[in-house]
Formats: sequence, C-alpha cells, structure tokens
Amino acid sequence: MQVELSDIECKALLTRLLGGKLPDEHGRFGPFGGRYAPETLMPALERLEAGVMKYLTDPEFIAELGRELETWVGRPTPLAHARSLSALWGAEVYLKREDMAHTGAHKINNALGQALLAKKFGAQQVIAETGAGQHGVATAAACARVGIPCVVYMGAVDIERQAPNVDRMIQLGAKVVAVESGDRTLRAAIDEAFRNWVADPEGSYYLLGSAVGPHPYPYLVRELQTVIGREAKKQLAIMTGGLPDVAIACIGGGSNAIGLFHPFLGDDKVQLVGVEAGGRGPGLGENSATLATGTPGVLHGCYSMLLHDENGQVQETHSVSAGLDYPGVGPEHSLLKIIGRVTYISATDQEALAALQECCAAEGVLPALESAHALAGAKVWAQENPGKRILIGLSGRGDKDMPTLSKQA
Amino acid sequence: MQPHERISAALNGAVAAGRVGLVPYLTAGYPDKNTFVDTVKKIATVADVIEVGVPFSDPMADGVTIQRSSRIALEQGVSLRWILAELAAADSVGTPIVLMSYLNPLLVYGYEALAADCIKAGVCGFIVPDLPLEEGEDFRVALDAHGLALIQLVTPATPDERVARLCAASKGFVYAVMIRGITGGTSELPAEVPAYLDRIKAQVEIPVCAGFGVRRSEQVRDLGQHADGVIVGSALVEQLEAGNDPAEFLELLRSY
Repeated sequence: MQVELSDIECKALLTRLLGGKLPDEHGRFGPFGGRYAPETLMPALERLEAGVMKYLTDPEFIAELGRELETWVGRPTPLAHARSLSALWGAEVYLKREDMAHTGAHKINNALGQALLAKKFGAQQVIAETGAGQHGVATAAACARVGIPCVVYMGAVDIERQAPNVDRMIQLGAKVVAVESGDRTLRAAIDEAFRNWVADPEGSYYLLGSAVGPHPYPYLVRELQTVIGREAKKQLAIMTGGLPDVAIACIGGGSNAIGLFHPFLGDDKVQLVGVEAGGRGPGLGENSATLATGTPGVLHGCYSMLLHDENGQVQETHSVSAGLDYPGVGPEHSLLKIIGRVTYISATDQEALAALQECCAAEGVLPALESAHALAGAKVWAQENPGKRILIGLSGRGDKDMPTLSKQA
Repeated sequence: MQPHERISAALNGAVAAGRVGLVPYLTAGYPDKNTFVDTVKKIATVADVIEVGVPFSDPMADGVTIQRSSRIALEQGVSLRWILAELAAADSVGTPIVLMSYLNPLLVYGYEALAADCIKAGVCGFIVPDLPLEEGEDFRVALDAHGLALIQLVTPATPDERVARLCAASKGFVYAVMIRGITGGTSELPAEVPAYLDRIKAQVEIPVCAGFGVRRSEQVRDLGQHADGVIVGSALVEQLEAGNDPAEFLELLRSY
C-alpha cells in the first residue's frame, strides 16, 4: 500500500501547509494523521483539541509560556558557530544548542507547554511515556514546576540503558513505571501510557512527547517546538546576515526536527534534511529508519509511515539511541517526505558514535546519541556540498548516554 | 439474510428464548494454533455470537491477559490471512462470527479483499477498537457492499449526542463498554452500569451487548436485565490458558 500524489497535489499541499491550513479540520496532514483512538478517549481528545485551539491563541497563556521559557528553561538557547567542525568539514557549521535548555534537551519546550495546559484543564495527574528518558525528565521537571503529580512509563530495556535519567525523574518527584510488555522500549511505553489514560480519560492528562499520536498531538507538539527554528533563524540572521543552506536534525518521532524545520519550510532555498537511525544497517528490525523503508499504516493513533510486516504487525526496531528507536514517525514528516520538501537520510549506530566523538573532541560538546545522528548526517552532506552554511539541531546533551558509551569504549 | 442481520438475529433469538445472548471472545490460535477451529466449534455449542480476536503487536486497548494471548498467537505465526483461511476451510460453524481487530492488519490486508474473504469464511462483521466513527468511512463502505457489520463501541464517557450517532451507525449490535479502562478488569462493575445500559438500549433498535470486566454468572444474570447480550473476553482466555474446556466455563456462566 503506497500513497502517491501528483506534482500539482504536492505543490497544493505545501501551499496549504505554509498557509497554516494543515492539519485540516480532520487532523490530517494531506493523507496522513487523523485520530485512530479507542472510543473511550474520543471525548478527551476533543476536549484537548478545543483547549489547544483556545490556549495556543490566548495572549495570556502565550505570555506565561514565554516567561517560563525564558526564566525557567533558559531560552533562547544559544546558536554556536562550530569553528573546528567547520574547518574539519570544509563548511560553515552552526549548532542550535538545545542541549543547553533546562533538563538538557528540546523535550522541555513541549513538556512545559503541555504541563501548563494540563494545569488549565485541572488535571489531577499527568501521564507520560519516555524512550531515552529526556521527555520523562522534562515532564517530571515541568510537572514539579506547575504542581501536578506525574507518572512516567518507560520500557525496561530503556531503563537499563538510560539509568541516569531514571534517577533524575525520581528525584524530580515522578513515579517511574517499568514497562515489561511488548518490545520493552518506547513503543511499549506509549502502548502502556495509552492504556492508563483509557482508565482515567477525565482526570489524567496524557503528555505525549513527540509529534506523533492522534490529533491534536502532532499539531500541539509542533507548535510548542517551532521555537527552536524561529530562534535559530533569527540568531543566524544576526550572526551571518542570511539563511542556512541546509537545516539538519535527527528523527525518531520527529519533534525536534519539525520544530527546527517548520519556520524554514517557506524558504525554498533552504534544504531540509532529516536523519533517521540506520542502526546496524538495512533490513527489517535492524534499524528505525521509518521514512526510508516504511509504508503507511496506523500506530498509536495516527496514519503515517510505519515499519510493519506484510500482516500489518509492527516490527521491532533497533538503534543505539533509545530516543530514535521507534517504528513510527510523525504524520507531518510523512507528508514532507512525499511532497519532497524534506530529504530523509539515515546514519548508522557506528556513524553516530563517531560523530559524537568528533563533536566532543572538536567542540567540547557531548551531544546525545540522538543528536549525534544529525551530526553524522551533516558531515556526509558537507562532503557532498562543500563550502555551505549548515544549521544543525543539536537536540540534547549526552550525559544520559554514558552507560551506553562506556560499554562501547 | 445479510451477514450483519445474522448477528442481530442470533442475539434477538436468545432474548426471545428468555436468556441473555452470550458473546465469548477468544484470541485466534491461542493457546495452540492447531486447535483453533476445534476451540471455535466447542465455543459455538454455547455461544450466540463468537468474537474472534486477530492478534496485534500493539494491543493498546487490552489488558495483560489479551496482551499475552496476542503475543503467543503471533509467535506461532497467526495472521489475519491464516485465520480467514482456517475458518473458510472449516465445516460450517453455524454461529455468526465477528472479528475483533486493531485497524492496521485490516488496512494492510486491503478492505475490498478482506470483505470478500470474510464472506467465504463465514465472518459476519468487525469490531475495531482503534477505528472511531470519524475515521471509519472507507472501511464501512467496503463492508456495506457485502452486508458485513461494523460494530461501534460506546462507553460511559461518551456524550449523549455522540452515543446517538454511534448507535445509528452500528450494525449487528452496539458494543457497550461498561468501564473506563482496558479489557480484563477484575474489579466489580460500577453501580451506574444498569442505568447506562438502559440509556443506550432506549436509543437503538439493534441488540446491545455489554462488555469489559464480565467474569461471573451472577454478573451475566444481572446484565441480562439491561442488555441483549454479554461479552466475555479475558475471563474465557484465562480458562483457555489453564487448559479448561471453554464450553463448560460458558455453560457455568449461563447457569444462574
């Protein structure tokens, strides 16, 4: 099953996207997205949609979010000229330092915004899933800040490989529940978070961490993450007087990438490149390169590209990076792929590890393994396009990856 | 009679005979792929409608019991294609069968081919827990062309206006979920269940079946006062897991 669109349809969809018309009233980004949720959640999702439309256009809410982003998260995050990487790659490289945001990754932008929403909704409890633990830590911190109890579901495999983040969540007052079902990674954690939300759709707020899930989550998460691209665009204009030739970000569910890309979608001279996890190499189950090798399907409430077999069973994935280890991807990325506005490539585990080491040595910055995929992709792009200005979304810091890095050494 | 009318007729028949319709659920191929058709036939001796679960890798509306049965079925290579082939090859089961499946296996199979193959397999309809009314149009059209039912679920959280739309769209029966939560709950049914079922029943001409959390014969008896049928899922799967005769357990549920 494939989705095929003519050139005219592709252009029309991009125009609608740029005009703020997507997602449409059905929560669709062209053919992708929608709301494939259990009936028990439908009223809760409708309430969430109404609340999102109300508060994201409410000047008071926006002002409160802005104040918190500035004084508590530490925004704007810096844009750093990566002098040594620039010299090494023969390019002009800039790093958007989301690793400098509070709790160490871009995840806090979304977690804070949604925690403020949950407070407005009068939620008694916030539920969240986490893969790498960054979203879990961000949610735990944001919930502590706004004063709502928080439960984080995390796959048992991820608990082991991201142990430092588990301790941080607990310190921040969250209850961490180990998920032993399914593949025991991010995907199983999302399944389990949904199950627990179904049990209490009125009292609980589900704080989804990526630009995936049923409408309005992909829209909500995008809106809360575009601060990355808006800041970077402004900062780069001040530093260089112009736009980047390319903006590059890693993609699991795709929240930091959509946040970086979105403000550049209308700048047709700016190439956009998403880097998925190539894992151990090609072959079903060996990677998490959903956009490269997936086909359309429904998982976790939305119709998007998916890694699944000929019977529609979702496949296990692999990546050295827990945050990218996911068989689905946000519906807006599926749209951007089929209309050709964003190019999606992948970097293997080994390429990401090498890029991480290079960034440490050259720039004195330890990136998260997720972000290292963006660096690896950028290096390849720089070799193919010498002398260009490259904007890289450095989505988070790598402290949490020390258990994995120590094992690799 | 259209396939969806066979479902309604079976449940109406039970009510006319002075008992509540019994709709047992089993995960196809669980616990043993080789005994699937035999198990269905055993259940058919007691059941009015049989719900056959298509195992899925990410059963997000199901509790631990059906998560486990789904995983074990998948490990044995059970697929939608295999289920339909087994049912088509079996001598007539007699009892109407509905498939309970998450959407993705159906989407990948292709709706047109699926509807045609269901007719050959004696399948009369579908319950799709992650396909809300708003997203179901394409599938509904494909099923309608063959007279197959797309059974809608209503829940205690569903607002009245939405209940009306769901009831109007449902065929075969209306599936009234009795609890907020996933399948396999063990707690007592909430006190508001009778009033909730009466409210649904008043809005709909086709039968109403109550499900989620049913495990004992007195529950079946009490629910029979307010619904046309009772769905028994996780409790039956646990019996299959323990190697017990499903028909005996179902007889016990009905002996009130």
